[in-house]
Amino acid sequence: MKILKSLPFVLLLWSCMTLASFETYEFSTTQNEMRYFKLSKELRCPTCQNQNISDSDAPLAADLRRELHRMIEAGYKDEGIIDFMVSRYGDFVHYKPRIAPETYILWFGPFVLLLGGLSVVFFVSRNRRLRARKAQEAVRETVDVAPSVEAADLSGGLSEQERERLERLLQQDK
Amino acid sequence: MIPELGTFATILALCLTLILSTVPMIGAYTGNKLWVDYARPLAKGVFFFLSVAMLLLAYSFQTDDFSVMYVAQSSNYNLPWYYKISAIWGGHEGSLLLWVWIQAFWTLAVAVKSKDLPIEIVGRVLAVMGMITAAFLMFILFTSSPFERILPNPPAQGADLNPLLQDFGLIVHPPALYMGYVGLSVAFSFAIAALLSGRLDAAWARWSRPWTSVAWAFLTLGIALGSWWAYYELGWGGWWFWDPVENASLMPWLVATALLHSLAVTEKRGVFKSWTVLLAISAFCLSLLGTFLVRSGVLTSVHAFATDPERGVFILGMLVFVIGGSLLLYAIRAGSVKSESTFAVSSRESMILVNNIIFTVACAMVLIGTIYPLVMDSLDLGKISVGPPYFNALFVPMMSLMVIFLGISAFSRWKETPLQLYLSKLWLPAILSVVAAVITHWIYSQSIEPWVLLALVLSYWIVFTWGREFISRLRHRDNVIKGMTRQSRSYYGMMLAHLGVAIMIVGVAMVTIFVEHRDARMAPGDQIEFRGYTFIFDGAREVQGPNYISDMARVRVFRDGELYREMFPEKRLYTARGTVMTQVALQPGFTRDLYIAMGEELENGAWAMRLQFKPFVRWIWLGALFMTAGGLLAASDPRYRKQVKREAAQRQQVTE
Repeated sequence: MKILKSLPFVLLLWSCMTLASFETYEFSTTQNEMRYFKLSKELRCPTCQNQNISDSDAPLAADLRRELHRMIEAGYKDEGIIDFMVSRYGDFVHYKPRIAPETYILWFGPFVLLLGGLSVVFFVSRNRRLRARKAQEAVRETVDVAPSVEAADLSGGLSEQERERLERLLQQDK
Repeated sequence: MIPELGTFATILALCLTLILSTVPMIGAYTGNKLWVDYARPLAKGVFFFLSVAMLLLAYSFQTDDFSVMYVAQSSNYNLPWYYKISAIWGGHEGSLLLWVWIQAFWTLAVAVKSKDLPIEIVGRVLAVMGMITAAFLMFILFTSSPFERILPNPPAQGADLNPLLQDFGLIVHPPALYMGYVGLSVAFSFAIAALLSGRLDAAWARWSRPWTSVAWAFLTLGIALGSWWAYYELGWGGWWFWDPVENASLMPWLVATALLHSLAVTEKRGVFKSWTVLLAISAFCLSLLGTFLVRSGVLTSVHAFATDPERGVFILGMLVFVIGGSLLLYAIRAGSVKSESTFAVSSRESMILVNNIIFTVACAMVLIGTIYPLVMDSLDLGKISVGPPYFNALFVPMMSLMVIFLGISAFSRWKETPLQLYLSKLWLPAILSVVAAVITHWIYSQSIEPWVLLALVLSYWIVFTWGREFISRLRHRDNVIKGMTRQSRSYYGMMLAHLGVAIMIVGVAMVTIFVEHRDARMAPGDQIEFRGYTFIFDGAREVQGPNYISDMARVRVFRDGELYREMFPEKRLYTARGTVMTQVALQPGFTRDLYIAMGEELENGAWAMRLQFKPFVRWIWLGALFMTAGGLLAASDPRYRKQVKREAAQRQQVTE
């Protein structure tokens, strides 16, 4: 039963994607031809799963291509064509959503995240450094009382044993 | 009988995974070594029974047992034998079985390759992997068993494999991709085991690293194979569509890339530990989310071949459990983790942190773009489409920024890097990359396209910065050969992968900007000239294939007046389903592809033909292959095994 229910859906899908159909339109200028290819990739076939009208085989996509070709040759600007298509088929038809209050998160969210993330990197690494420096100073203050320990600290804070181990580790990593 | 044995083997595997996911875990908590020791043999047992199930399903396919519903749906008597093998993962049920089999394979690999790890860690890791396997097995057995029968009236002939999937690409793409997806479960399991045991140290990062590298390499390979396959099979000549399913595989890849780098810092410097754990958890959760997005039919996509709400609900439940559970565990345990060292604003640590930020934000962007239409729709804010123009507009600047930092980081040092050092090392590569980019661009096209120029500059930037770093490493040695042999495998792996990025950038930019195509009506004898090639159409004739009838055209390609190649694009009618498919003719080359697809038949033996000139398109996948090779090479570095041994010995001493 389930299979039967999904059948029309599958057929719809197939009608969109099996043929790689296209028309052989003539263009008055190469510029127009480029615009045609660009726009036909930005417009979505309204009856297909997820395809632009350039790749789709659905009859409706062919209609849209014909319309697109006509409008380009008639001298419409890109925005005019998009506006026309959107007024006819809704926002759904354009792959590039409008910048409007309801799409602010979509368009600007990632950049806000990026800026936020980068500033976190900056502050985290700076704060860690500051804390480390404070800790060092604290150590130095206590060290003032015992000068012999200070000497050991300034030589890198490593004991003879530790230095040997470090040497070994460095060799292995190479 | 055979399919029933398949079900039986799957049930046995489920029983074993249920034991695997509980007994060693309890053993690890109570200190019962005997119970923990069960983990390894159980992992082997699960793999054994799932392999049996796979073989039995393969047998059903090879013997054309159409009483098995899955076989009847996705195979056909006339299907060539090799497609009868790949048909196993050509549909929903079988691809899940493949998934779970690969999961069992990774579990087995961890069980076998972890001789030097402390046993209670191995027990915990294998138990977590067992839980994942168990969940998937239950999903298969309860909602989508490939062994279900159509009785008592089995069809005499199968419905045939989807013709799109009858291709070499389908034999290799899903297994590679699943190896990557599922491989991320190893890093995930190590992370969960570390959180459970409360020992989140640098050793944990070292154990996870080679596994993550391998999984990442396979994921890269799988995505690249999918892209290559779409390029020649779908007949449009595109290589990336920002389709929800592609996005579903890109998201875990982006996070896994961040994880790969973050693990290096955690291992070497003992910082970002909780962040790295979070990445390991997210990477695998995104793999699961990807499965959910593809399998549930929530997203509309060309790929979604199973749309069944019941399955969706099951996966959703599993997702909530895995993501919620692991994040809860993370929230409880991660707070107590302390960093072992500090670093400056200008240091290799912060460089890698920047890498992590960019990759995770890019992943968030892909996620936002993919689910935004769904959210808008469910909130009744209208139906919108988010497609390539959006993703390109945001992804390209983010990745460009990433590449700039990639170059700078070549000279970064752990802990602190003086800004002076950057300036002194970077000015030369910066100038060189701009000059080289302008020159090569001019030589290629005698014009300057801003996007191509940017891409070339970035690409040279990677090559020159890392090249300079490599040379300076060699100078520290007595002679070049010695210098080259002293560098570690993981170093060369990293270099290969970074070089892969540079190669891929060139391919992407060149094919996007300089692609050229002609859609033309061609009658026999007609010719078209462009980009220095002359294409002469000789007409089409009918050819009989094993399970299709085809109209095969012959196009002769001339260069400089001489015959260069003959190309044979086809239009196939697959008889079992009555579907028509375009089989493109390709003339691949290092610097360009010639690509011919047939449209419809017009009057008098004429055909609509689409001819395309695709410069440097191969470089996209070549770059991905470099990355794959780099990941595998890095994982094979012997130091992982040596160090693991040493650490295990040290732990032994501590416990004794």
